[in-house]
Amino acid sequence: IQDNKGKKKKNKKPKKKETVSEKGNGEGSGAEQKEEAKAEKSEAATAFPPTFSVSEIKNKQRRHLMFMKLKQEKRQQKMQLKKKKKKEREALGDKAPPKEVPKTIENQRVYDETTVDPEDEEVAFDEGTDEFSAYFNGLTNPKVLITTSDRPRGRTVRFCEQLATVIPNAHVYYRRGLALKRIIPQCVARNFTYLMVINEDRKVPNGMVLCHLPDGPTAHFKMSSVRLRKEMKRRGKDPTEHSPEVILNNFTTRLGHSIGRLLAALFPQDPQFVGRQVATFHNQRDFIFFRFHRYIFKNEKKVGIQELGPRFTLKLRSLQKGTFDSKFGEYEWVLKRHEMDACRRKFQL
Amino acid sequence: MFVISSLCFLQVIWDIIGNQQFCSFKVKTKSQSFCRNEYNLTGLCNRSSCPLANSQYATIREEKGQCFLYMKVIERAAFPSKMWEKVKLSKNYEKALEQIDENLIYWPRFIRHKCKQRFTKITQYLIRMRKLVLKRQRKLVPLSRKVEQREKRKEEKALIAAQLDNAIEKELLERLKQGTYGDIYNFPVHAFDKALEQQDEESESESEEEEEEEDEEEEEEDVGKREFVAEEEVEESDLSDFEDMNKLRTSSDEEEEDEEESSEEEEEEEEEMEVEMKASKSKGKSPANGSVVRKKRAYVEIEYEQETEPTSKSRTTS
Repeated sequence: IQDNKGKKKKNKKPKKKETVSEKGNGEGSGAEQKEEAKAEKSEAATAFPPTFSVSEIKNKQRRHLMFMKLKQEKRQQKMQLKKKKKKEREALGDKAPPKEVPKTIENQRVYDETTVDPEDEEVAFDEGTDEFSAYFNGLTNPKVLITTSDRPRGRTVRFCEQLATVIPNAHVYYRRGLALKRIIPQCVARNFTYLMVINEDRKVPNGMVLCHLPDGPTAHFKMSSVRLRKEMKRRGKDPTEHSPEVILNNFTTRLGHSIGRLLAALFPQDPQFVGRQVATFHNQRDFIFFRFHRYIFKNEKKVGIQELGPRFTLKLRSLQKGTFDSKFGEYEWVLKRHEMDACRRKFQL
Repeated sequence: MFVISSLCFLQVIWDIIGNQQFCSFKVKTKSQSFCRNEYNLTGLCNRSSCPLANSQYATIREEKGQCFLYMKVIERAAFPSKMWEKVKLSKNYEKALEQIDENLIYWPRFIRHKCKQRFTKITQYLIRMRKLVLKRQRKLVPLSRKVEQREKRKEEKALIAAQLDNAIEKELLERLKQGTYGDIYNFPVHAFDKALEQQDEESESESEEEEEEEDEEEEEEDVGKREFVAEEEVEESDLSDFEDMNKLRTSSDEEEEDEEESSEEEEEEEEEMEVEMKASKSKGKSPANGSVVRKKRAYVEIEYEQETEPTSKSRTTS
């Protein structure tokens, strides 16, 4: 390393000289002095390589150049290492050890003890008797009431309308400053199964309260990256009236399961395959991505999908038993940022 | 002399603070000047509204929802701590107005009128405050910029990691394989043949043990279900498969071939639905389809089972 650095400095000296000479003769003497000072510094630096670090050079341009050289060196070393490994691998042929799987966050995820085992009887029993059992046994048909917070802006209103086309049997109502606790008994009386409130802040929808109506759980989500239909690239025509299929991905833990059921119960139980529409709720690292596509099977190995409707991402903030009651409700789960964000490999859903 | 001087001094005060020199309560704007004195009746900076430049003055002020009438007379000008007389007004609007009239009985009309106006305004805003408290309050939750940025970045990374399109396509193809779509799509025949060719090269020895079991099962199934799709295609494929079998198969298998020939069956879907509670496990909208009829070839079915097991496992864990 010493030699390298020395060489570099030597390379630089002639460069510096050239620039100085270009500037003119007036500064000649001053420049020479500077160079001498630098020469001294560089000598001192090369004399103590172990403690040398790039950050000790005061001159910014020099420091920058040195840093770039350092990076290049490191990169070269890395490439050499890779090449060596590759050669070894080829040399061994079949006996080579299997390729190492790169670590991803999903790989490294801390095992959550509430992960649902598919054969778990307790879970199955719970799910057979919880608030959604009526729906999953085919007794009730979903009927969704979509509303907003007070005085919604145009974007939110349009988003609600689009949501209503995506979710079959959904009605949008304008909220005229009504209290949710008063709306809920009326909804129950009219056989609604879901109440969805899109909360708005600064002209943009940013939250969603999803309340399952006959005293079901209430979930409060944070909504982000909302894209309306016209903002989508290469989108298809408007969604038809057919009931879409539902895909729920990656809901592994108990909490995830209940949220999954909550979201699934928004849609009617028997999808109409004629419509070829699919609504996807994909959970990745506690973010639930919603997408609405139209699919077509080109052959048995390939399917083409075309995104239609609005898209948004949800992040669960709290899950409360019973219908909406923020003060006195019993919370099943609340996002406690301080505890939960501490570990990057731990996810709740 | 005394009277003139008393009036004069007020005029002098006004001359000083009103127009020429400085008044600390005065707020000047382009069109108008205001008075920030708490005891000011109208809020404007006028000769008649200035509490400093008027020896006889009255105001209405409210404290915690209660209105008071404050009066200042010249007799108490020498006792600053006792200068303002405070009278509590009743909560009844009319009675309070009468009280004001009664207290300010011989006072100048301007002050009386302005007092009543001010009192009216105050009661109106108190009523409104009480009404608002009963309505829904909007709670402002402070956002921490750092946290929001962090979440945003996490979301982006999660989106990249999710590979949504691939995941959706995979899921749809799996559902197609599982047979949730039933009769709608006619692909499966070709896929099945392709699968056959692939599996032909793989292990054939294991097939022998399981063949017997499957023969029995097959016959039971035959009795239960017999569903036909297009005849011709299947016959052709049957023939082609027979050819393949002849090439690769040993003699022991030919017996089974004969059995299979005898009972023709055609397949609809590729895979058989195993015993799973589809509704609860997959949580998809897949109606539990009737189990698909297998093809008669034993070896094919066996490898078929091998194929299904890993896929089913992957489905339940995902």
